[in-house]
Amino acid sequence: MSPTALDYLLWGALPYVVIAVLVGGTIWRYRYDRFGWTTRSSQLYESRLLRIASPVFHFGLLVVIIGHVVGLLIPEGWTDAVGITNDMYHVTALSLGAIAGVTTLGGITLLIWRRRTTGPVFSATTVNDKVMYAVLVAAILAGLATTLLSAVAGLTGGHEADYRETVSPWFRSVFVLQPDVAAMSAASGAFKLHTLVGLALFALFPFTRLVHAFSAPVWYLFRPYVVYRSRDREPTPVSRPIRRGWS
Amino acid sequence: MAKRIGRVMAQVAMVMNLDKCIGCHTCSVTCKQAWTNRSGMEYVWFNNVETRPGQGYPRRYEDQERWEGGWRRTAAGRLKPRAGGRLKKLATIFANPKMPSIQDYYEPWTYDYEHLVSAPLGDDIPGARPRSLLTGEPVKIEWSANWDDDLAGGEQLGSQDPIVQRIGDKVRFEYEQAFMFYLPRICEHCLNPSCVASCPSGAMYKRAEDGIVLVDQDKCRGWRMCVTGCPYKKVYFNHKTGKAEKCTLCYPRVEVGMPTVCSETCVGRLRYLGVVLYDVERVGKAAAVKDEQDLYEAQLDVFLDPDDREVQAAAARDGIPDRWIESAKRSPVHLLAKKFRVALPLHPEYRTMPMVWYIPPLSPVVDALSETGHDGEDAGNLFAAIDTLRIPVEYLAELFTAGDPEPVTAVLAKLAAMRAHMRRVNLGEERDESIAASVGMTGEDVERMYRLLALAKYDERYVIPTAYGVDEADRGVIDEIGCSLDFEGGPGMGGMGGQVPFGEASGRPRPASVETFHALRDRQTSDANSGPPRRLNLLNWDGKGRPPGLFPERDQEDSPARDQKSSPARDQKTSPERDQEDSPERDRRHGPEADGKGGPGRDGENGPGRHRRTGDEEGT
Repeated sequence: MSPTALDYLLWGALPYVVIAVLVGGTIWRYRYDRFGWTTRSSQLYESRLLRIASPVFHFGLLVVIIGHVVGLLIPEGWTDAVGITNDMYHVTALSLGAIAGVTTLGGITLLIWRRRTTGPVFSATTVNDKVMYAVLVAAILAGLATTLLSAVAGLTGGHEADYRETVSPWFRSVFVLQPDVAAMSAASGAFKLHTLVGLALFALFPFTRLVHAFSAPVWYLFRPYVVYRSRDREPTPVSRPIRRGWS
Repeated sequence: MAKRIGRVMAQVAMVMNLDKCIGCHTCSVTCKQAWTNRSGMEYVWFNNVETRPGQGYPRRYEDQERWEGGWRRTAAGRLKPRAGGRLKKLATIFANPKMPSIQDYYEPWTYDYEHLVSAPLGDDIPGARPRSLLTGEPVKIEWSANWDDDLAGGEQLGSQDPIVQRIGDKVRFEYEQAFMFYLPRICEHCLNPSCVASCPSGAMYKRAEDGIVLVDQDKCRGWRMCVTGCPYKKVYFNHKTGKAEKCTLCYPRVEVGMPTVCSETCVGRLRYLGVVLYDVERVGKAAAVKDEQDLYEAQLDVFLDPDDREVQAAAARDGIPDRWIESAKRSPVHLLAKKFRVALPLHPEYRTMPMVWYIPPLSPVVDALSETGHDGEDAGNLFAAIDTLRIPVEYLAELFTAGDPEPVTAVLAKLAAMRAHMRRVNLGEERDESIAASVGMTGEDVERMYRLLALAKYDERYVIPTAYGVDEADRGVIDEIGCSLDFEGGPGMGGMGGQVPFGEASGRPRPASVETFHALRDRQTSDANSGPPRRLNLLNWDGKGRPPGLFPERDQEDSPARDQKSSPARDQKTSPERDQEDSPERDRRHGPEADGKGGPGRDGENGPGRHRRTGDEEGT
């Protein structure tokens, strides 16, 4: 089955549009909205549920992200070379993926329930947040669906839907500017859906509160506790020209 | 000087004289109006005044077993944030386990004023019910920033004071035995700030030039660790912007040599601002001394004597300009904290090296002594009474010296000695140097301290050098960075921001002028437009008063002053009469005329209406 025009559009062109939006949008946001770059935490309003749900969600998500990195970036040939059989790989990946996915889903379900039922938290929820949550949940659900379908396929002995021969080569090929549209168009519907929702999430990323993920404060580990800073020699350079505030 | 002087830094610090605080909350209110009167900051009080004994704000913030603020000394003698080091901070970043919730502060509310005018007609007078500012839902008000003000709630609330719980039955809440004093609190601008240490983003910093601790709003990512880190709970989370905010020591004012808003507006004149020079290389070691009760002395050792030539040389070496060193020599903070040793740090045991210090209150000891038949101002009697003061020394010691009563007693003895010494001076008796000597001071020092504490002249209370580190500032000149209206042709340049053919900004520009007393009163007491003549915009006219040019001229005697002003030609001709008419009698007439009753056919010059109103005003 050769790729159609739609395939070229979705797997050949769209990824670059999304990358452009993600990179450009993040740069734009950093230049013009550093003040809005925050977690917008609602812990002040409600702490009891958040203290369970938020770590469950975030840690689950971290495992999911690591799983994606491993699954997408490491070619099948490499794992074969170190002697990991296809079955071993899939059993580990699917079981770990299922656990992490379900944890993440459980976390975000609790978080959204909290957000809806706790008055002050709901009042502080913007339309932007709601759109973001919808896409994020869709991505997680679609991802879990692919995991479950793969597991079922694995149990019944079929390996046609192996993402390591379809999605992963395509993903890597995007970054070497030679998108392997044929590989991706051979993937199953669930994977295609998950990929599309994922692309939507990346496109939304710079414009939502998700940007806080980019400012994970890792360098805190390496700095002295007390920070001293000198007064700016000159008034803070403004990132855009000064103009009248009312026009 | 035996000790080598490390890197010298300057800190703008504060001392508050608790003996003079009357708990009026003016500092809190003016601070709130200036800085936190915004959405998302409703519950935020950069400055608050607590009644002690009391729970403080937020509730029981001093209970570090629970909130884990400040620093902890490890077995190896190193300091670590009490809530955990770097790894633990990052591991708990998704939900801060030690963060106070809004209920520990209070749920901010407003009142449903709209209901007062929109309620349907009925037999009952409509009321304005409280509504949450977080949800908009009706709330039951159960707590607020000063719920236990003036010991309200008595033992029920006061017994929850962490210090009361620690020192047990020394504190009594029976009315006859109760005591209280006020503790105004702002950010301590610590030398070893644990909030700064807790910030994963590195958005919080201590300014090298003046020691003010600030939050970079562009770098803060809302991780909330600073709220936990600060044992004084003086970093707040703005729940609208999702960023931390805190007391800035009014740095825009301090930079140009003005005192903070809380200091400026303090009616008791109990706040002192001045520069303290300190050796930043000694801070870490001093904050890590083994015994908590040594922290007060250790912090004093960090401070440098600005009169010492070696210190001056070291300060100059480290880029502190001369005028800052000169200012440090006259600093009331240095004088009260280091030289006279009457000011004490708040909770030194948190190991943050706080820089807002307090002169502990001497209870109403003179009256108490006089009632027992003793001479209430005799030095001997005063000294003997200190241990039995109504405010237990133990309580003050828990606040200011990690529980060591010694330094507190010494301060109170100095304050008592000052009274005894000054009584002799005021009664024209011979000065008795032995009184001052008994507390380790000289008579001269005591009188200097008296001048600073009792007379508290503005220039001596606030000794603040202008900022350095900016080229212009180093020449002693602070240029305003610029007014946003000062663009080409803008209002600040005499223009109106370009010609606009329609709308409010159309027509002749209004001449800018300083408002006079009369013009101000005129504007405030009249319902109609006042001030210089201008074109009337009918769309803005609310139908009240007599705007110039709208109605035919009336008799001069009968028309309000503003009508006259509206006609420059007549204004000139009749100016002698106008001077007369600006007499108080004339001015009172503005009231009824501006009342909206001023249409044609209202009461004449001597009509009953005018007399009635005049009578009212005289009666009240």
